[in-house]
Amino acid sequence: MSIRNLAKLAFVTTVLLLAGCSGGVLDPKGQVGMDEKNLIILCTILMLIVVVPVIVLTLYFAWKYRASRDFEIYTPKWAHSTKIEAVVWSIPILIVIALGVITWRSTQALDPYAPLNDKGEHLTVEVVSLNWKWLFIYPEQGIATVNELVFPANKPVAFKITSEDAMNSFFIPQLGSQIYSMAGMETKLHLIADEPGTFKGISANYSGAGFSDMKFDAIATRTQADFDDWVQHVKQQRNVLTAETYQTLAEPTEDHPVTYYGKVSNGLFNQIVMKYMKDHGAMDFYAKPSHGARGSHRMSEMKQPGHHAEVNE
Amino acid sequence: MSFLGKLSIDAIPYHEPIIMVTLAVIAVVGLVIAGLITKYKQWGTLWFDWITSVDHKRLGVMYIVLALVMLLRGFADAIMMRTQLAVATNGAAGYLPPEHYDQIFTAHGVIMIIFMAMPFMIGLMNIILPLQVGARDVAFPFLNNLSFWLTAGGAILINVSLGLGEFAKTGWVAYPPLAGLELSPGVGVDYYIWALQLSGLGTLLTAVNFLVTVFKMRAPGMKLMQMPIFTWTCTWANILIAASFPILTAVLAMLTLDRYMDFHFFTKEAGGNSMMYINLFWAWGHPEVYILVLPAFGIFSEVISTFTAKRLFGYKSMVYASGAIAILGFIVWLHHFFTMGSSANVNAFFGIMTMVIAIPTGVKLFNWLFTIYRGRLVLSVPVLWTLGFMVTFTIGGMTGVLLAIPGADYVLHNSLFLIAHFHNTIIGGAVFGYLAGFAFWFPKAMGFKLDEKTGKAAFWCWQIGFLLAFLPLYVLGFLGMTRRLNHTDNPDWNVWLYIAAVGAFVIAIGIFFQLLQLFISFKNRQQLKDSSGDPWNGHTLEWSTASPPQYYNFAHIPHVKDIDAWTDMKESGESYQTPQKYAPIHMPKNTSAGVFMSMGFTIMGFALIWHIWWLAILGFVAGVGVFIKRCYSKDVDYYVPVDAISEIETAHLTANAKGVNS
Repeated sequence: MSIRNLAKLAFVTTVLLLAGCSGGVLDPKGQVGMDEKNLIILCTILMLIVVVPVIVLTLYFAWKYRASRDFEIYTPKWAHSTKIEAVVWSIPILIVIALGVITWRSTQALDPYAPLNDKGEHLTVEVVSLNWKWLFIYPEQGIATVNELVFPANKPVAFKITSEDAMNSFFIPQLGSQIYSMAGMETKLHLIADEPGTFKGISANYSGAGFSDMKFDAIATRTQADFDDWVQHVKQQRNVLTAETYQTLAEPTEDHPVTYYGKVSNGLFNQIVMKYMKDHGAMDFYAKPSHGARGSHRMSEMKQPGHHAEVNE
Repeated sequence: MSFLGKLSIDAIPYHEPIIMVTLAVIAVVGLVIAGLITKYKQWGTLWFDWITSVDHKRLGVMYIVLALVMLLRGFADAIMMRTQLAVATNGAAGYLPPEHYDQIFTAHGVIMIIFMAMPFMIGLMNIILPLQVGARDVAFPFLNNLSFWLTAGGAILINVSLGLGEFAKTGWVAYPPLAGLELSPGVGVDYYIWALQLSGLGTLLTAVNFLVTVFKMRAPGMKLMQMPIFTWTCTWANILIAASFPILTAVLAMLTLDRYMDFHFFTKEAGGNSMMYINLFWAWGHPEVYILVLPAFGIFSEVISTFTAKRLFGYKSMVYASGAIAILGFIVWLHHFFTMGSSANVNAFFGIMTMVIAIPTGVKLFNWLFTIYRGRLVLSVPVLWTLGFMVTFTIGGMTGVLLAIPGADYVLHNSLFLIAHFHNTIIGGAVFGYLAGFAFWFPKAMGFKLDEKTGKAAFWCWQIGFLLAFLPLYVLGFLGMTRRLNHTDNPDWNVWLYIAAVGAFVIAIGIFFQLLQLFISFKNRQQLKDSSGDPWNGHTLEWSTASPPQYYNFAHIPHVKDIDAWTDMKESGESYQTPQKYAPIHMPKNTSAGVFMSMGFTIMGFALIWHIWWLAILGFVAGVGVFIKRCYSKDVDYYVPVDAISEIETAHLTANAKGVNS
């Protein structure tokens, strides 16, 4: 393969890459994803400053100094040049310093735990990954859904995330960052959709046999009123999510249909997070008041220790 | 609990046609090989000259044979995965249900890293490193044999899982709680644990062995900063092994306690914390990738400086850059899980530390460039692999730095972008390096060169196949496709999945050419014979020996005055000199203790997997018993008489005199 063919391949790939990216992380529909896309592009360009010359020089030197061109200068003992060494150390150092500054700043700015303060008040959604489906609890609205996430566009959403079993990763590629969901722990993520639409949501961390179908639709409604209508619609459902019905839901299922729960028992999410702690009642270290852990903590003391896999009530 | 623990006839997956056909093929191939060995009466040679050998060169060859066999196994897994993903689109289920598919991707990862790349690297190091430092063998020859058989024992266990029970369905990282008893109650994770424990022990012992060899057994005059660059990069890798493999051993031991004895290190309940496993796993796992790639960097350096007939540019820079990579490799493990919810400061720190590694790596690339500069580059097969590496790895390095930026990783983590990146570095970096080293040192180890034409064909198939198979994965990552999916339902992804599958088949043709190359070269071994021992006009001491080297390596330990010791000797007229007289050489005797010890421990591992407690105890006692017996054996060494040395050396020197004259 000649240099020309390589260049052609690179060009075609780039064109296809840019053209074929609808629906992915390079086609973001929210501020977080937008910032991350720009970060990727900026850093890629910075790195190409070194990468392109290295690739071009490799091919050029291999051509120019190949053995059959025996009229070129040949210096078999030449093995050191302070000037060249200074250059080859300082170019990567300078670029990494630039990237380092960008990294420090962008990591602070894109911290998934930081609320999107300039975007106004957040909608809170509690997310539980189950085998193999996603449960979304809306504590403020008192409803819950499975495999469908609805929220208004242009309103930031604060996700509190945990897992029933294996570790998963809560990810809506077009909106930006993902965060792991882990049993017995709560992680946080803040996202926003800048326009209405239906976006694909997935688990980005393998969690067992039904993992491939652990998908959900993330629907950003046009207005707050549309969202409120949807909430009212869900509230009319007779399904109630209590500790008992949660237990049934937690049974492994694959490709679970979208399900609405018109009512959710209070503090369910915290119970799910804290249930593995119940044999360790003395560990107040974990029981931050803001997590509502006190409540589940107190309840746990009433139970006999030993049945640690059960859902707490 | 029954006599055979959990083991019963149901453990054989006779309802899985793919597995049963595979097993049948393995059985037929095994029988054919056994038949050929019997026909040519080679069982004695196999046992006395190979299996029980403590000769580092023969152990190296056995490591590489193991690596190539495991490459075929791991690649078969890869082909199955790529075809599954190419047919299971638009909601189709494909031909591999998750039950089977999940084992395949786990086995692919474990086999390619632990049982293909590691043995390949250790095999090349075994053959070459003692020769490069002018030693007659490694510091502990018996230990070296034991290390190999422990690695082989692990490989045997992982392959037994194919026909008996199942392998882990957890991904090669085996994160709890998925890998815990509750979510993985089968024997799969136990196979994983014991296969890794056995081979990990072997690897650790190898590192200790080679560190002692390098620090205590260098030829007189060879200062540390005069060691050949491949020896240096292996040494850094060995330091990494010695420091990181105990972490793997410990974390797997903790997982074992969780699974076998109701401990709660990583369980969901009773105070267990799976994040601890993930941290510890990568505290080993990240240094591991540098363990794989540093020796490959050394190989590229040797290849480039040999085939440009030029000194390596910036030797000191190379040594320090390798050291910097090795040390920094230890403080970046958190970049494997930026998405676990660490604070912005923690993520930013580990991101920046990761980028810093790009500095010494970039320096290395520039140094290779300036080695080619004003040289006389012969475009041989090892050089093609090296040039292919320099182009491919640069792309992989760039995508690696991108993934090191937490803000970018938040959307690219666990996606096929990540898969493309690490194959870009492990294939384009480590494997290309090993294949360059394979072609470069093959004549040294076997006495004849490899066929050039098929070698070049293999390279181009690998290179093009690699680009076809993995560039689409970068695109798929951007399109939001995550890893370890069994089937997909997104029309935008299909075309890329098809291209990737085609790429895998192009690589398959490359592997076919390599097998063909071995066959043709073996057939033409007389024409391809390397009688000089120095077919490429090499720089370092391994080329001063015959091909294959005398079993004692050096009749006289050379005195080293230069980094390129052999070039220096050739230029100063000290090469191929018949010495005044020879002295008897002290050599270790072959021993069957290593293979029997490993047999005991492998049986123990197998028994523990199936909860056959009496057999586990028996295997352990047997292994330790053989070791104790070996410790008290006095019959471990002998002297090569002067007559024998004189005869071998005269033959080597005469062959060279002929070579020089003709």
